[in-house]
Amino acid sequence: MRSRLWAFLVPIVSVVIALLLASLVILFIGQNPITAYQALIRGAFGSKLSLATTIVKTTPLILTGLAVGFAFRAGLFNIGAEGQMIMGALVATTVGINMGSTPAVIAIPLTMLAGMAAGAGYAAIIGFLKAKTGAHEVVSSIMLNWIAEYFATYMVTVPLAVGMGTPKSPEIAPSAKLPPLLTVQATELTSGILVAILAAFVMYIILEKTTKGYEIKATGFNPYAAEYGGIKISQNIILAMAVSGALAGLAGSLEVMGVHHRFLGTLSGGKGFDGISIALIGQNHPIGIIFAALLMGSLRTGSNEMQFVGVPKHIIIIVQGIVIFLVAADRIVRTVLIRKRVKSQ
Amino acid sequence: MRFLMALYEIFTNPQFYKLTLTAATPFIFASLGGVYSEITGVVNIALEGIMLMGAFFSIVFTFALGNPWIGVVAAIVIGLGMAWLHGWASIKWCGNQIVSGTALILLAQGVTGFLMEPIFGQPGQTDIVGRIPEFRIPGLANIPFIGDAIGTLSPLIYIAFGSVALTWFIIFKTKLGLRMRAVGENPEAADTLGVNVHMVRYFGVLMSGVMAALGGAFLSVGEVGNFRELMTGGRGFIALAAMILGNWNPVGAMWASLLFGFSEAFANQLQSSPLLHVSSNVKPLFNMFPFVVTLVVVAGFIGRTRPPAADGVPYEK
Repeated sequence: MRSRLWAFLVPIVSVVIALLLASLVILFIGQNPITAYQALIRGAFGSKLSLATTIVKTTPLILTGLAVGFAFRAGLFNIGAEGQMIMGALVATTVGINMGSTPAVIAIPLTMLAGMAAGAGYAAIIGFLKAKTGAHEVVSSIMLNWIAEYFATYMVTVPLAVGMGTPKSPEIAPSAKLPPLLTVQATELTSGILVAILAAFVMYIILEKTTKGYEIKATGFNPYAAEYGGIKISQNIILAMAVSGALAGLAGSLEVMGVHHRFLGTLSGGKGFDGISIALIGQNHPIGIIFAALLMGSLRTGSNEMQFVGVPKHIIIIVQGIVIFLVAADRIVRTVLIRKRVKSQ
Repeated sequence: MRFLMALYEIFTNPQFYKLTLTAATPFIFASLGGVYSEITGVVNIALEGIMLMGAFFSIVFTFALGNPWIGVVAAIVIGLGMAWLHGWASIKWCGNQIVSGTALILLAQGVTGFLMEPIFGQPGQTDIVGRIPEFRIPGLANIPFIGDAIGTLSPLIYIAFGSVALTWFIIFKTKLGLRMRAVGENPEAADTLGVNVHMVRYFGVLMSGVMAALGGAFLSVGEVGNFRELMTGGRGFIALAAMILGNWNPVGAMWASLLFGFSEAFANQLQSSPLLHVSSNVKPLFNMFPFVVTLVVVAGFIGRTRPPAADGVPYEK
């Protein structure tokens, strides 16, 4: 019970400390942190429009957070959600463009699944290399991130290119677009948010209620003990990476189907990396991840408003860095405390 | 045929070898940093972030004080600071080293992006503020071909190769180096023999900060003379791969860095070759090349290298 309380307290305290330290940084460049944070809150929740934008931004973050969190539960660090999201979005776009007059009942799930499959396949490479050759997943994921980014840039400047200006693909077929829940001015509140929340529940059920989920957690907790218990480690590593990649790929699909309706070079824009912060703040728990994604989504939306009062929006990245740093160190503070208690008994 | 002629032209041009050395230098510095840290048992994926900070602050101080060498010193100081943070989290608090490294990368991206406008008045990139002039080695520069390739280079390139020798000497020929390796292999045994495990690890991590920051400073004041946001572009991670490929040995890391520098220079030369008329549209595919090489190398060779036994494992008394 006590450790549950800690799991809840550590991220909240970390976020508060990070916001306090960030206000010192804001003071350092001669701005008023109170004005800045007021602008942040106004920008994220101040109007119907900003609220809708916050939810739109939260949607992919829930999924990249789940992607990284799922891998963490299997003892893997998926720093490659960014690349998997790009590949998911790219393949979903390619499929979506070719949907023609296919009815939406088929076009929507097909486009969505195509993106998930692309993300899963791309992440499975990392799992395969880790399981078969021992290549560290951090190094191979980073390489695959860059490869995905350059590949996508190539795809929208040559084979899929359309129009002038920023490289972009043509629009996907109308039947592959996700219907908006409601429209606030020009911003469509995407129904993708429902898919994202559903994904969180599916992840919860897989991890807590199925044998496969137990095997994956056991692999993450202690691979040697798991192997001794008859669990195939390399199979579970590849599977866990594939599931993680499918979630990141789904984030890409939803961005294409519900928000941009096409592939843009800037589509991923660090959302895969945000997944790391979100998983850590949410303590790798699906429900925690939904709230952490909402936090990050509102920081991202609100930071645009902060720009207007003279605070560069990079402050959000600084906040994320401090939070992750504190979570990295604080987790251990917790285990040290628990260990001390054990020793004194 | 035309492709073969282009290859011939690239490989017989001494400039290509100079470009290879230039491209390899940030990898050499940063991979030496990785060696220093990991040989004592602390994984440091923050190299990318430390490089970025080094690149940024060397430009800031060059901009403020007019001397790029002061910029290099500033980069070293900031590198020490970043590395200390990583050491503090992972040695003192036994934190998750990979998570802490990720945090520092984000912190570096945030801080450098945040300070662009207040300091330089514009986001994205700074103007050219000054770079370290190339250094001509008298006798060497006069030799045909070789002189053109390695006779006149940025002094930081010579310093990089000097650092390889120095690092090799420290790690394999001094008492301190023996302690570093002992702490990385078996901290309990080293502790029993009276070695201060935490102090030795701090030394390794701090040195990695110095090295990575030098790599970053080379990118900005050593090479182009300005700073672009996120200009390190994954080089810290390629350096980690070079360290692995080099089997955690400074000389091995240097050879691996040269291989990655070669692939970067080769991709650049190929796409700008006048014989091939490469359309600017396919440039992204060429930019992919060094990352593909790194991935293949990491996947293909890793089984044959061995990390220090206690790499990444916190030590508690």
